[in-house]
Amino acid sequence: MRDFNVSDVIEPVKKLCIEANTILPEDVKKKLLDAKEKETSPVGKEVLAQIEENMEISATEKLPLCQDTGFAVLFVEAGQDVHFVGGDITDAINEGVRQGYTDGYLRKSIVDDPVVERKNTKDNTPAVIHWSIVPGDKVKITVAPKGGGSENMSTVKMMKPADGLNGIKDFVVEWVRNAGGNPCPPVVVGVGVGGTFEKVAFLAKKALLRDIGDRNPNPVFADAEKEVLERINKTGVGPMGLGGKTTALEVYFETHPCHIASMPVAINVNCHAARHQSVIL
Amino acid sequence: MSERKKITAPFADEVVKELKMGDGVLMSGVIYTARDAAHKKLVELINEGKELPFDMQGAVIYYVGPSPAPPGYAIGSAGPTTSYRMDPYAPLLIEHGMKGMIGKGQRNQAVLDAMQKYGAVYFAATGGTAALIARSIKKAEVIAYPELGAEAIRRLEVEDFPCIVANDAHGGNLFAEGPEKYKEA
Repeated sequence: MRDFNVSDVIEPVKKLCIEANTILPEDVKKKLLDAKEKETSPVGKEVLAQIEENMEISATEKLPLCQDTGFAVLFVEAGQDVHFVGGDITDAINEGVRQGYTDGYLRKSIVDDPVVERKNTKDNTPAVIHWSIVPGDKVKITVAPKGGGSENMSTVKMMKPADGLNGIKDFVVEWVRNAGGNPCPPVVVGVGVGGTFEKVAFLAKKALLRDIGDRNPNPVFADAEKEVLERINKTGVGPMGLGGKTTALEVYFETHPCHIASMPVAINVNCHAARHQSVIL
Repeated sequence: MSERKKITAPFADEVVKELKMGDGVLMSGVIYTARDAAHKKLVELINEGKELPFDMQGAVIYYVGPSPAPPGYAIGSAGPTTSYRMDPYAPLLIEHGMKGMIGKGQRNQAVLDAMQKYGAVYFAATGGTAALIARSIKKAEVIAYPELGAEAIRRLEVEDFPCIVANDAHGGNLFAEGPEKYKEA
C-alpha cells in the first residue's frame, strides 16, 4: 500500500486547470493547421486563421483560449494499491479546481441550483469527477474543461438493435449537421455505443480524450469513425457553421457490451478547443 | 477574405442597409455585453415601461461572458457565446431600436423576421478565439447587474473587432447559404 496524502493533488489539479485552458494539445493544433491549408471556403479559411492566431496569443500571454473555461471535468484513475490519507480526496480535488480557476483568471461558470436560483458558486466548483480503480500504486488525473456551447449540442438516443451500424452513422451525421454553428465547429465528435443509458454517455465523453488519428482497435468501428468523419465534412456546415469543408476534426467511437434488447448511442460534441491535460502522480 | 468594412457602433439605418451577408467587418466604437440572464432583465424593464441601463437606439449587443481580466488587461478572454439562447428576447430589443448583435451560431425565424422588419444585422464572431478578440477591446466597464458576475452588462470600447455579417436586414443568411454552397452530401 502506498500512502498518498490528499493535499498532494491540489497543486497538480490547479496547474492542469490552467494549462488545459491555455495550451491546446499538439495533435489538435496540428489538425487545425492542416485544416486551414485544405479549406476552400474563404470565410472558413479566415475563421481557421483566427483560430490559429488565437492559439498563439493564448499560449504566449497565458490567456484562456476561450472565455468559456468550462465545467471542470476530471478523470481520475486511482491505483488499487493507493491509500488516500489526510482528508477527503474529493474536497482536495475541488480545492485544486478552486485555486486554478481563481489564480488562473479563468471564468467561473457553475451555478448551484440548475433551475430556480442559478446562483454562481464563484469558484467553478464542484467539479465532475469520474473515478476508476486500476492496478498499481499511481494516480492519473486528467482535466478536460468542457464548454457549455458544445455540451448543449450533445445527446443520448436509445436506438433499436435493428437500426444497426448504418442507423448509428446516419444519426451522428445528421445530428452534427443540425447542430450547425452552435458547438463551434470544426468539432470533435465522441460517440458512445452500447452499455446502459448512463454508461453510453460516459463512453461518449471519454472518447473525447483520445488523440487525433487514434482509431478504435476494432476495424469495424475504426472504419465507421473514418466514414462518419468524411460524411460530416461533406455536410458543408464548415468552420463556425458559415460554410466550408471543415466541420469535424475527428470522430471517435467507444463501445461496450449491451443488453439483448438495447443499442444505446450517445453523441458528445466538443468544440475546436478540444482541451485536456493529464498528469501521473 | 477580401476587403473588410469598417463600421462604428452605435450605428444608424443607413449602415444596416449597406451591410450584406458574408461581409467581413471591423467594428469600432461602443458596444454592450449581455447574455441570457441580462436579456431577461432588459425585457422585463421594457415590459414594465422602465428605463434601460443603456440607450438601445442604434445599439450593438455582444453575447459574451468574459473571463476575469488579469492585471494590466482591460478584459480577460472574450469570445462569443451561442446566440440561440437569446432568441426569445432579441425581437423585442430589435423593436426597441437595437441595430446589431454579435454572437455565434444560427438564429430562429422570429429573430430573422424582426431583423428584416425593423432593420438589424447579426454578426458572427469566431467562437473560441477569445484571446484574439480581447485585443480589440480597449476598455470594459460594468454598467448594470454586477451581481451577475461574468453575465453583468458591460460597456465595451472596441477597435477593429473582427466579425462577419451572418444575417443581413435583407434576408441574407450565411448559415443557410454558406453550408448549401459547400454541401456534397
